[in-house]
Amino acid sequence: MPDTSQPASVPAAESGRQPTIAIRRLTKIYPTADGHEITALANVDLDIANGEFVTVVGPSGCGKTTLLKILAGIMRRSSGSVLLNGAPIERPSREVGVVFQQPILLPWRTVLSNMLLPVELQRRDRQAHLDRARQYLALAGLTGFEDKYPHELSGGMQQRVGIGRALVHDPAVLLMDEPFGALDAMTRDTMNIELLRIWDESRKTVLLITHSIAEAVLLADRVIVMSPRPGRIVEVVPVKLPRPRTLDMINSEAFGHYVRAIRRHFGGSHS
Amino acid sequence: MTALLRRPEMAIAALIFVVCFGGWELIIWLLDVPPIVLPAPSDIVESMIDMLGTASFAWHLGVTLYEILVGFAVGAFAGLFFGCLIGRFPLLEKSLYPYLVAFQTVPKVALAPLVVIWFGFGVGSKIVITAIISFFPILANTIAGLRATPADQIELLLAFTATRWQIFWKVQMPQALPYIMVGVDVALMMAVIGAIVGEFVSAKAGLGFLMLQKNFSMDMAGVFAILIVLSAIGVILHLAVQALRRHFIFWLDTQKSHSLETSAQ
Repeated sequence: MPDTSQPASVPAAESGRQPTIAIRRLTKIYPTADGHEITALANVDLDIANGEFVTVVGPSGCGKTTLLKILAGIMRRSSGSVLLNGAPIERPSREVGVVFQQPILLPWRTVLSNMLLPVELQRRDRQAHLDRARQYLALAGLTGFEDKYPHELSGGMQQRVGIGRALVHDPAVLLMDEPFGALDAMTRDTMNIELLRIWDESRKTVLLITHSIAEAVLLADRVIVMSPRPGRIVEVVPVKLPRPRTLDMINSEAFGHYVRAIRRHFGGSHS
Repeated sequence: MTALLRRPEMAIAALIFVVCFGGWELIIWLLDVPPIVLPAPSDIVESMIDMLGTASFAWHLGVTLYEILVGFAVGAFAGLFFGCLIGRFPLLEKSLYPYLVAFQTVPKVALAPLVVIWFGFGVGSKIVITAIISFFPILANTIAGLRATPADQIELLLAFTATRWQIFWKVQMPQALPYIMVGVDVALMMAVIGAIVGEFVSAKAGLGFLMLQKNFSMDMAGVFAILIVLSAIGVILHLAVQALRRHFIFWLDTQKSHSLETSAQ
């Protein structure tokens, strides 16, 4: 039986090695329009080891996206510290790739040009990255779509381009904010397996936010369970299912145990 | 016949044309309206055909087109430049925009007599008037367009370490293009007005000048013929802008650009 009784505040990174991401007592307070304050995150502690796949689940408004934006360097923290490879995160990093809830492709750019956007913005060598871009296109089943425009693609295809865009400059860290939330269940399963395959090959450090407990368990080395506002970590569930993971595992006894262990935090209303 | 059945609006449009102009012609013939009050359509067509063949018409047309296009180009370039500056630096917007709005409320055609005194009776003063008139629609639409960039696109670029200038050129500017095209469309229409009004105030050549001449000599059919030429210029410029828009903003669905167009007017 998997051990799910680990206290929330204990970082699970291997001892003696510097974690890729180190979060200490992270707090984020938003001022509201009517002069009040909302605590989106309260005293979050979390270490993520190099090459680890961590998923975050929690109800809407638990500060998951806030956490991701702070890690991405596009939102300021109120207090606490956030380190990326030992250095404080003050601004977006070239070592990070981000996937948002929506694909956010630029409609006047072709698929290939959208994918190469980070390369262009970071003034990396376009020629050298062209092969990587094509490789991810092939991996995403989008070969032949290089010169199409986003509106010619389905939602699932668009999001795959968005994922390829986050990977094209080979970042060490991948941050994903409900990347498959807008997709239908079938596409979502396929995308999860694809994502795992990419991760298996590249062993990037991944933090993925999701609404789906099953998705969180299927993907993760550890599932971080967050509480509603103010967002804090209520439990860290290490998932000891063997890798590579397959969709069949969803029906296994062990998988069901993990899902139930996480669901009890949400009063059974979440799937 | 089957073609007409498939597109009944074409048949109705043709019918409206025939009824209006046939009715006009008929009323003039029945009531014996003198041509110096209202010329018959047939008189206008005749006058138009006479006029189109003359070298002096070509000269006047050329002068007016030159005023419209050069004035528009100067005004559009300035509007785009200041629009970008104001859109890019929010501090400038706050400090400069009130003055621009104040100036914008001045009816620009009312400046025409002044401009003629400052810049002379020639082509120069008409170019200045046309430029001033073209400036504001493009300025206002550029600023609005630069503001219209969805926040998530800016966030995306930020996450990929974009600089402020990169965000400006790679997202804000392309997003502003549909707005700028609306500004161009409006500015071109107003540039025609600017050139003609300038010529009305004082000129030695141009379609406005020619129209006044024909007015003084009671050649009403000639006046109407020039009016038709002026609206033809407007239609051609509008169609040219539409073609440019389709080419550059191919990614924007037609419905959205249509609502933009109507909301800007």
